[in-house]
Formats: sequence, C-alpha cells, structure tokens
Amino acid sequence: MDLFERALLGVLITGLVAPSLGIYLVQRRMSLIGDGIGHIALTGVGLGLLTSTQPVLMAVIVATLGSIAVELVRSRGRTSGDMALAILFYGGISGGVFLVGLAPGKSNANLMAYLFGSPLTTTEDDLIVMAVLGAIVLLVTLGLRPWLFAICQDEEYAKVSGLPVRLLNLLLAVMAAVTVTVAMRAVGLLLVSALMVVPVAAAQQLSRGFAGTMLLSMLGGVGAGAGGFFLSLRLDTGTGATVVLTAIALFVLMVLAGPLLRRRKRVSNGSAGEPPEWVLEG
Amino acid sequence: MTSVLRIEHGAVAFSGRPVLRDLSLIVHTGDVLAILGANGSGKSTLIRAALGLVPLSDGSVELFETPLRRFRQWRRIGYVPQRMGAGSGVPATVREVVAAGRLGKRGFLRPPGARDRKAVHDAIAMVGLGSRAKDPVATLSGGQQQRTLIARALAGEPDLLVLDEPTAGVDAASQEAFAHALRVFVDGGGTVVLVAHELGPLRPVVTRAVVVHDGVIAHDGPVPEPAGHHADPDHDHVHPHAPDHGEGFWGTR
Repeated sequence: MDLFERALLGVLITGLVAPSLGIYLVQRRMSLIGDGIGHIALTGVGLGLLTSTQPVLMAVIVATLGSIAVELVRSRGRTSGDMALAILFYGGISGGVFLVGLAPGKSNANLMAYLFGSPLTTTEDDLIVMAVLGAIVLLVTLGLRPWLFAICQDEEYAKVSGLPVRLLNLLLAVMAAVTVTVAMRAVGLLLVSALMVVPVAAAQQLSRGFAGTMLLSMLGGVGAGAGGFFLSLRLDTGTGATVVLTAIALFVLMVLAGPLLRRRKRVSNGSAGEPPEWVLEG
Repeated sequence: MTSVLRIEHGAVAFSGRPVLRDLSLIVHTGDVLAILGANGSGKSTLIRAALGLVPLSDGSVELFETPLRRFRQWRRIGYVPQRMGAGSGVPATVREVVAAGRLGKRGFLRPPGARDRKAVHDAIAMVGLGSRAKDPVATLSGGQQQRTLIARALAGEPDLLVLDEPTAGVDAASQEAFAHALRVFVDGGGTVVLVAHELGPLRPVVTRAVVVHDGVIAHDGPVPEPAGHHADPDHDHVHPHAPDHGEGFWGTR
C-alpha cells in the first residue's frame, strides 16, 4: 500500500466512524463535546512525545479519562459544570503544548500535525490501530443503537425503564474518546468534532428517522472524506481542513436541496401535507 | 390485595424548601388513581419520588412490595412523562420513540423478536397514530406527541402505568384517544397512577382520587364531586353568556 492509499483509507475510516458516534452527541445537544475531548487528548499526545511512548496510545488513555470526567460533570447536571468543562478543555490543550515543548527534538511541525491532521504521514501500524479502534466504535454505535438512542433521547425515561443508564453513558463517553483518537491522524484534534457533527447536520436535512439519519451521515462522512482528500491533493491544501470544508459544503447543499426533495416525496405519496386537525377547547 | 406502590412518611425538599411533607399513600392492584392538586402542590414530585427520579429526604418507597433501592423489575412500570425529552436534536420517527419503550421488556443486547415488533405496532395503533408511525415526532401536534409517549409506555406491556399530567394542553381528539387507551389498559387488569390538573374525558376511568395540597394529602377517596374543574384554584373559565351577568350584553334583558 502506498502513501496515498494509506492516507485515503485513514480519512475514509474517520469519515465513517466519526458521524456514527457524533449523532448521539448531537441528539443530546452536546455537539461541542467532541471538540473538548480533542483538546484533552492533546495532553496525551504531549505525554507520549515526552516519554517516547506511542502518542496515539497515550492520547487514547488521556482522552478516555477526560471523557469520563466530562460525563461525570454532565450527569451531575450542576450549573457550575459549564465552567468545569471549560477549565478541563483549556487545561488539556495547554498541557499538551507545554509537554510537547519539554519533549526532546521538539518541533512545531509535530504539534501542527496532531492539531490539524497529517494523513500523508500515516504508517501501516497507524492504519491498523485506526481500523481496529474504528471497528470497536462501530460495533458499539451500530450494535447498541436502540439503547444508546433511548438514553440520549430521554434519559429519565430510560432510567425508569431499568436500562443500565450509567454504564451506557460511560460507554458512550469512552467511545467518544476513542473516536477522537481515530480521527486525530486524518483531520487533527481541533477538527475532529466537525466530522462528528457536520455530516449529521447534513443528513438530518433529508432524513425522517434516527436510523436513516445515522446511515446518511455515515455516507456523507465517507463522501466528504474522499472528496476533501482528492481536493486537498489537487489544491495542495491541508487535508483535514479541506475535508471539513467539503462536509460543510455538503451541509449547505442539503439545506438548499432539502425542501425540494421533501416536496417531491410528499407529492409522490399522494398526500399534500398534514390533514387539518381541529383543536377544540376542552 | 397486594400493593403496587407504597409511600410511608415520604418527604422531599428542593434545596431546603419542603415540597412533600410526611406523605403516606398505598396504591393497590387494579386502582386507577388520580393525583389532583393545584400547580406547585407537589403532585408531580410525588410520582417522581415514587419512581426514584427525585430522592426522598425522609420516609420510604416500595414498588411491588420491594424497597425502591432493591427494586429491579422496572419492566413492570410504564412511565409517561409530561413532555417529550429535551434531547431531540436528531429526527426520530414515532416508531423509533415507541420502540424505546420495549427495551426494558426485550432485555439488554437482545435483537427484537416478532412479539416485540407486534407490541410496538399495537401500542401505536392503540393511541390512533397508526398512519403516522414513520413520521418524525417533531412534525406531530403536542397532543399527538403526548400520545406517542403513552404508546411508548404501553409497548412494554407494564402492570403499572404512571402518567404525569397526560392531558395538560392536549387537544380533544388526543384526550379521547388517551381515555380509550387507558380504558383498554385497565380492562386488561392494569393499575394506573396519573397526575392531573383536570380529568376531562379521563374522569369515568378513574376509581380513586387523592388531592395533594401543600405537600400533604388533603383528600383520599372518590373523585371529589363539588371540587370539579370550576372550583379548581387555577381554573380560569369565563362565562360571558352566564345568567348571573345581571344585564345582557346589550343592556336590556
């Protein structure tokens, strides 16, 4: 496998996996959490470079710990939680930059690669790690869809139905951290969240249900990944940023095309809109 | 007769302010109990405490004769909250929401069987939303969304149905659909606890009423007759055509 194939494959894995996890964050109206976890993961990268261990491994560990901390803050529902998250996120990114500075052979190029992605440096080992971690995330997000849907749609109801809500929440938090690490190489820690959220936003312009949104968003993620990758080669621009911009272009296109497609569907169904409903005073 | 819900000397306080004070209540199998009271009387808090969603500061709760802390048979309970959950940033169809109500019965990690699918289908039909099953819930009216929530609770085939203000601000058609679904559930031997401000078409189904006032139970027995909805403290009913207006609108009568 050559350089470009490895890079493309890495971007495609990211495009497939990130929205499948991101849809649950969007459903909870916590679209920005992925970004925060990305910030925290940078501390892991810094630790890895400083101690000359695998930065990816350390990133997974630190992002997971950070993600669990975020989940604990969220589930407590404290009003001060917002502040706690801000401190955690900025502490994470500063810690990362600080530790990279202490590391031997420090270079800003290295830091930039983790922050904004550098798919062309993907090694065969990186790719194997990405594929394995990506498969684990997909197994959870697709396999546990009804349960994860239930806790994200109505957490109190899920509690009263006896679902293992705390366990599922933690699992979702850990998977978010793993997804961030998977996407780190392809789009970078600062842009990870975009691929979790933007394809979902694009998909829900067309879809009617949760399962449909999930499928479409994964297709959109792969499409934006491939499109952005080739565009970035052609224009010699940063791959991560180009992929994200492609996804946003897709979103804008769907916003414009959505009403047209919906109208056509309604006409073909033979029913023009909602039946009128009489609202009587009780 | 076995008790489905038993609260003994229950007390709840929100940041020091008491909402329920020394409240005791037993609900038996087959009861159709309405918990009535003004806004802020603590009636919703009462059922939320009974389900463990709000911690008790004092007293105890038993569900199906098991202390709340050790209670695990949640699939026997169908809960209908006041509103659709806040987390709905992604579209979801009526069927997807109702299917979530089957998960407790279905068991963790089990794929849905034919019975599960039928239960979901039947619950949607029962509340009269059969033709809307594939529509996003966000496109439904408030009353239809409320019906979706009762279908979700019914899909799990519970023994006890707990409803928090199911008919508040709901159109007449949905109230009727609600009353019908409740009647079928009760005829099948189910127990119901519902919090309400006004009973409306649910009234004939209710067998017992409890009035919560100021954090304690002020009445327990048949649905209070004279305290119909006109006597309700928050009731705001205007009678422009009532005879006691004295003069007619045009001045002479």
